[in-house]
Amino acid sequence: MPDSRRERKSKYTLDRNIPGAFEGETVTRRRLMVLGANGVGALATAAFALPALGFAIAPIFKRQAWTWQAIGTPDDFNETVYQTKVITITPGIGEAGNTIAYVRQRDPSIDKEPEDQYNHWVALSDRCMHLGCPVRYVEAAQRFICPCHGGVYDFRGMVAGGPPVRPLDRFYTRLNPYTNLVEIGPRYSVNSELQRFNPRFPGEPLDGIGQYLYPSTFDTAKRP
Amino acid sequence: MPRIPAPPLPKALQPKPKKPGESNGEVKTYSQPLEGGITAVDWLDERMAMSGGLRWLLFRKVPRGINWAYTLGSATLFAFLNQAVTGVFLAMYYRPDASGGAYESIRNINDNVFLGQFVHAMHKWGASVMIILIFLHMGRVFLYGAYKYPRELTWVIGVVLLILTLAMGFTGYLLPFDQRAYWASVVGININAGGPFIGPFLSNFLLGGADFNATTLSRFYSIHMLLIPGAMAALIGAHLYLVTKLGISAPPWLKADPAHDGDHQLDEAPV
Repeated sequence: MPDSRRERKSKYTLDRNIPGAFEGETVTRRRLMVLGANGVGALATAAFALPALGFAIAPIFKRQAWTWQAIGTPDDFNETVYQTKVITITPGIGEAGNTIAYVRQRDPSIDKEPEDQYNHWVALSDRCMHLGCPVRYVEAAQRFICPCHGGVYDFRGMVAGGPPVRPLDRFYTRLNPYTNLVEIGPRYSVNSELQRFNPRFPGEPLDGIGQYLYPSTFDTAKRP
Repeated sequence: MPRIPAPPLPKALQPKPKKPGESNGEVKTYSQPLEGGITAVDWLDERMAMSGGLRWLLFRKVPRGINWAYTLGSATLFAFLNQAVTGVFLAMYYRPDASGGAYESIRNINDNVFLGQFVHAMHKWGASVMIILIFLHMGRVFLYGAYKYPRELTWVIGVVLLILTLAMGFTGYLLPFDQRAYWASVVGININAGGPFIGPFLSNFLLGGADFNATTLSRFYSIHMLLIPGAMAALIGAHLYLVTKLGISAPPWLKADPAHDGDHQLDEAPV
């Protein structure tokens, strides 16, 4: 549009000879109605779209509760043999909500990570840290082996070969002083120094800048 | 208002020429339902005025030299319609229940329902057929250079449709809920999580929580049967509108022929 034509239009409705214009009025009634109708339409759309969207993504922000389940007495576990324990991480959906923990007693001669009340028993998750297939403990080789893409972990769950990016996830364990039973708690992830992190998905390295590239999500249980 | 010419009738339905001195204004019985049909179409067209649009869509001019490779797009559309129809009816028997009901309902479809195994197989194999056809269609468009101006937007929409189709394959794979479905989805979700920064949140959205849980299966089911198909139907509409609006590109080996300039370069033939 040439400038000359634009200049001819005043911003005051009175100058543009619009019928019923007020002194100093710049917004025409047509414009006000268009904006108003669009605004009301946007409000009505947001009124159903935003709650629906929040409903769909709400589980991302829900924090998991800490739950403990008994897996045996202290005498059931020793330092050299892994016990295979089926535990429920998602109740109510049958087998799909179960997972496996490999549990043994902590052996101070090989477990060099600092000891606290949550690791008298070492409980390794069976979820491979490549893409999440279930690993199997092979007693003869003292290795955890993943059937999908050949990930191998040593006796402590450290990566011994293949594509996994970090050691096997672990579960918090404790001794319940009232029942005198060993209990297993939430999952946590570890880096190659066995430092604890909030649980991450498989395939997300935690060494170096890994913990910043793959931030902890909102739905993880708060660390003790 | 100009009308479309009536389609030619099969010989058997055409009124026979009268013998000399035979008829004096009697209506033949077989022509009555025929006229009724034409009246109904006229009645609809008078109100909807769709015949012009249909003729615009169906009776287009196409360039000379087109070949069977040009049918791959409509073949893909046919595969999509097959998935839509079989999917709607599979949904009548399927139950997205992670505690065993989903597997049981698929087993019921395969073992008990009349034609259940057949319709299930049509949906399962049709999914692979659709992926194959999409890539053949895409290859044809690429090798013929048919994505070039002014058809870039058609290509972009086609790529979005390809991604949505792959997402359909991903979400549909979990639904039988057997061991293969479960572990393939676990691996697929974990591959999603491998994307830096947003990957973990995307996986949380897919799972509907931190771990595989009771709503994961129904989430996948909803995405598979409602969210993506709706988006795909809308985008297919836009894709077809652009194909019709812009016309079909000539094969790249066809040289411009001065003797057949202008309108003559287009053969009038229905596609």
